[in-house]
Parts: sequence; C-alpha cells; structure tokens
Amino acid sequence: MSESTKQKTSGEPARGAIARVVSDPVSRRKFMALSGGSAAAAAFLAACGSSGSSTTTTATTSAGGGSETAQFGKGDVGILNYALTLEYLETAFYQDVIKSGLFKGAELETIKKFGEEEAEHVKALTAAVKSLGGKPAPEPKTEFPLKSAKSVLELAGTVENLGAAAYLGQAANIKSPEVLASALAIHSVEGRHASALNTLLGVSITPDGAFAKPATAKTVLKSVEPFIVG
Amino acid sequence: MSYEELANPELAGVQIADDSEDLSRSEVILKGALAAGAVYGTLMVGPFVRRALAMSEGGDVGILNFALTLEYLESTFYKEAQTRAKASGELKSLIAMLAEDEQQHVEALTATIKQLGGKPVAEPKFDFPYSDTAGFLKLAQTFEDTGVSAYNGAAPSIKSKEVLGAAGSIVQVEARHAAAIRLQNKEEPAPEAFDPSLDEAQVLKAVEPFIA
Repeated sequence: MSESTKQKTSGEPARGAIARVVSDPVSRRKFMALSGGSAAAAAFLAACGSSGSSTTTTATTSAGGGSETAQFGKGDVGILNYALTLEYLETAFYQDVIKSGLFKGAELETIKKFGEEEAEHVKALTAAVKSLGGKPAPEPKTEFPLKSAKSVLELAGTVENLGAAAYLGQAANIKSPEVLASALAIHSVEGRHASALNTLLGVSITPDGAFAKPATAKTVLKSVEPFIVG
Repeated sequence: MSYEELANPELAGVQIADDSEDLSRSEVILKGALAAGAVYGTLMVGPFVRRALAMSEGGDVGILNFALTLEYLESTFYKEAQTRAKASGELKSLIAMLAEDEQQHVEALTATIKQLGGKPVAEPKFDFPYSDTAGFLKLAQTFEDTGVSAYNGAAPSIKSKEVLGAAGSIVQVEARHAAAIRLQNKEEPAPEAFDPSLDEAQVLKAVEPFIA
C-alpha cells in the first residue's frame, strides 16, 4: 500500500515512495534524457507488471484468465464475484459510518453519496454474475473499527485506494469486452472516491504518481481479511 | 432537436459533466460539437478529426495515438494554466501536479507507440477560451471527465494486455484528477455510480473546437 504523507506546508502535494523518482521533475527528466525516452515506455508498461517487477503490488499478467480469483468462480464470473465481495465490504463500511454519527454536513453528504454508489455497484455486479449463469458471491458479515472521524476517513481512504487498485489489477484478466467495459466504468469511480477522500485527508490525490498501480487479489484480500467476521 | 431525433440515440445516455446550471462558453461549444457530430455524422467534421479517425483504425497504436491527442490537449492546457488560470495556494499546486502528470502521460504514450513500431501523432496547436480561474476550472472539469469517458470507451478494444493495463493505470489517474477539479468547483467528485463511455468519434468531435 502506498504511504500517506501530509502535505508539506509549502503547499506542494505529497507523493508516495513508489513515484518519488518519477515525481521529481528534475531527476525524472535527467533519467529520461539518459535513457533516451524508452525508459518512459518501460516505466509505463511496468505499471501493469509486465516488466516482472517484484513489488507486492504488481499484478501478475502471466496467469491471466481469472486464476487469481478462482475461489470466487471461473473466469469472468470469478472476477466479478471478487469485485462484488469488495463492493459489499465498501457498502457495509459506508452504512456503518453513516450510522456512527461521526460525520455531519457536507462530509456526511459525500459519504452518503459514495455509499449509494457502492450499493449500485453491488446491484450491477450481482446482475452481471447472474447474466453469465453464475452464482453471486454471498454478502460477507463485516465489522469495521469506527473510533473517530479521522480514523474512519483514513480507513475509507485505504479501502477506496485499494478498491481502485483491485479493479486495475484484474482488468487484463477479464475475457469479455462487455464485462471489461462494466469493470472500467466502476474502476474510474473508485478512483474518484479515492481522490476525494485523499483530498479530505490532506494527502496526495495520486499516491502512485502519474500511473496508478494495480494490486493483486492476494494483496487485496489479505488487506480486507480483518474486516470480514463471518 | 431532442436526443431521440439525433442520428446517434445512444448519446442520449451520455452525461458530460452538465450538473452545473451555468454553462461556460467552452461547455456550450463542446456540447454543440457533440450534438452536431451526432446529427451530421463524420461528414461535417474537419480534417483533423477525419485524419484522427482514419488513424484509429490501426489497432492498439491507433488507440494509443487517440489517447496521445487527448494527453497533448490536457498537457498544453495545464502548462498554460500555470500562468493563465491566475490560481494561488492549493489550486496552484494542484495545477502544477496535473501538468506534470499529463506531461508524463504524453511522454509514456509517445515512447510506447514508438516501441510498438508506430508513428506518434504530431502535437496539435490548441486554443483554450477562458479568461479567469472559474473559466479554467469549468474547462478542466470537462476535459478530465471527457478523458475518463474516452479511455473507458476505447479500452475494451485494446488487444494487448500490457497496453490495456497501462491504459487502465492512466484512466484511474484521470479520474482522480477529475474528482479533485470537481471539488475545486464545489461539484460532486463522483456524480455517477458508473462513469459513462464515449466512443472515439464523439471524443474527437468534442475536442476539435479546441484545436487551433
């Protein structure tokens, strides 16, 4: 997961460690000039893991076809059910947050809106699984720590940034162009959510820099495991 | 003319960041371009769009060149905005970051096209009509939302898994940009549960008014 760093008092947006070289204009341009521009393509394609990078957030492109999500079903059904499970988690989280009374005013309205959108994602993904002849993943029982407004916002930021990375991590595994189109329509919305929450938290809207990084199903499921209680 | 009477009725389902009552001139131009394109088809578009559409029949390289055109637009727009938008504080920092991101997108797409044996499209000259910060912000919101819809529309046609992953990593950043700009505009960062798609013809027609 990318680190959260507070905005510096000079007003410069903070950047995660992953993008440090790339985000510093001077060192990045020197790097590009030395490597003749092909480094840009290498960095660009590496963002989706094709270079064989060893970071834990690199999605595997070699397996493909939904083998990472086989526990949820075969192929596209498995990927959709994996996404559905995450959307159930996000929906439940936002419902808990609304009930907690920790937020008011404009922030509460934002949280309500995001929660409604996650609920729509649940509906759409459920319908998609059924249309493919699959059995939709069950709604997990969840429990989220809701100690303070600040810690809840931080958790929301973590969940949304992870959710966006999860969708990005599966895009190349999806077989059907229609399923891919639906997944992308949701993926970018999760990116919007992440950015808005990061803004509320005073951290960079793009923790990975100019190219968002994918996350493997293994990484994502491990991260959300603590919140699933049944 | 109602959407139902348009040549492309699927446009009726498309929302282009129109949740603001007060349309800037740029938004009117953009909507007009989309509507005109829908009614008249590709016959009524200029040479830039015709060339771009012809190029788009070239598989992944064509799609990357389409994306590169949009990134050139955004990159130029934000570079200029660093002085023209008359921004200060948080917005000024945001513009600097957006300019840097879009420049990196331009460079990466250019390098990738070359690596795939293609010819990167030449950088167009642009003309962005705005005279103050509010005008800049409205245009920025339109460009970022359109960029997201453009990538989402094109991505399912991409053949290479690597190129698809790369496009995905860029579109997520454009979505992050869009949300941040919308917050600056005091608009909903994520107005819809599902971001709409636009096809290449729609996007290129929308962009054409800003080509000088």
